Amino acid sequence: MSTGNMNLTLKVWRQKNNNTKGALVDYKLAGISPDMSFLEMFDVLNEDLITKGEEPVVFDHDCREGICGMCSMFINGRPHGPKDLVTTCQLHMRSFKDGDTIVVEPWRAAAFPVVKDLTVDRSAFDRVIAAGGFISVNTGNAQDANNLPIPKMQADAAFEAAACIGCGACVATCKNASAMLFVSAKISQLALLPQGQPERYRRVQSMVAQMDAEGFGNCTNTGACEAECPKGISLENIARMNRDFASAKFISEETV
Amino acid sequence: MSGFGNAFSSSIGKKFIMGATGIFLILFLIVHAGINALIFLDDQGLTFNIGAHFMATNWIIRAGEVVLMLGLLAHIFQALRLTLQNQKARPVKYAEYDGKANSKWYSRSMGLLGTLLLIFLVVHLKDFWVVSRFTGIPTVDANGHEDLYAVMKIKFQEPLRVGVYVLAMVSLCYHLLHGFASAFQTMGWNHSKYNGIIKGAGVWYSIIISIVFAAMPIAIYFGIIQ
Repeated sequence: MSTGNMNLTLKVWRQKNNNTKGALVDYKLAGISPDMSFLEMFDVLNEDLITKGEEPVVFDHDCREGICGMCSMFINGRPHGPKDLVTTCQLHMRSFKDGDTIVVEPWRAAAFPVVKDLTVDRSAFDRVIAAGGFISVNTGNAQDANNLPIPKMQADAAFEAAACIGCGACVATCKNASAMLFVSAKISQLALLPQGQPERYRRVQSMVAQMDAEGFGNCTNTGACEAECPKGISLENIARMNRDFASAKFISEETV
Repeated sequence: MSGFGNAFSSSIGKKFIMGATGIFLILFLIVHAGINALIFLDDQGLTFNIGAHFMATNWIIRAGEVVLMLGLLAHIFQALRLTLQNQKARPVKYAEYDGKANSKWYSRSMGLLGTLLLIFLVVHLKDFWVVSRFTGIPTVDANGHEDLYAVMKIKFQEPLRVGVYVLAMVSLCYHLLHGFASAFQTMGWNHSKYNGIIKGAGVWYSIIISIVFAAMPIAIYFGIIQ
């Protein structure tokens, strides 16, 4: 079905489940089109494997248009591959050369256990959100949106933080497997808006506590997360989270 | 202390300790380099020895020395704790990891650079601090002050020691190149109007401090100052 002309060698991480050890397995692929996405190339590989009666490679994917955050894959030492600001589904085979060897591994972090092959369990992120990444609203009629004037700059910054799709590339690339870029984006998107204020200092403490409990590492400000984030989430958010955390612990009288 | 909860034991709290002690050590280096640079007056170390005498005898400075040691130990201890935790956070390593694609090598090597600095510090404290505070400086200068400058002159006749000191200052430079701006980021002092100034000041500070320190053994070894 592929009509291209690229020949590739893939080294793909195969692991049955989290209790077994995995290993890189070599696969040869021929006739790959440069216009395919990286995931479509994997679809070709899996069809080959199925035809041969072998177990296909399990990998996460959903929307395939760069907005859902499901696809992952650590490609040649970088999350979502060699291109900036793209997810794996938006990465095309033209970013590689004919004859290339491509190493594909799952996100590696204690907090992201491998489910199978390239799929990891990212529910640690869900638990961090559940710990405080929301606002509480009493039911009743929605008030007029213009009752809450928000400066444009503030709204834009909140929007940029909210662009985080929770894919986990920040954790995957961080040499410490720290989740601070993700957590700080989820804190910032609310801390920057008036609706987020009532729970602002409670939220930062609960979410940071949950992040620590999940076993993520500690940030050392290398900036790798910001460089690899497919949505360009800024390190500014981590500084804001640190400020809010300090305010919560040392200035706010409320204790959590 | 109730109410502060996990302020310092949480991941961010531990970072605060690293950042705050780092800034404290950065300030200390300015004082250290400033006083030591008095040797460049090339007056047989007379002015430098006045400075050294003041630092050794003033009780506020001596109390500050204890705080400095505690700050340094906190910085080292916290770094060890964080490093061990960070290693646990990724039990299975990547087969292929392209660090240079997204970060500077020295930002990823703070532990290694810090360890080199710690080894250097042991040598350095033994060379001068132990002599000045405990075993005693053997000679006095024309003003009757303990002649710490004479100790420097003797120590820096050895090429090996000069080499170790200069290499340590290269480590210091890279450690500071990341550490300076990183401390500000950790403390939450990230502001679009000041970020450029912080980054620029960090680069200048790291280079100048390291050159000033490295110039001392070099100048003495090659007899540029007497």
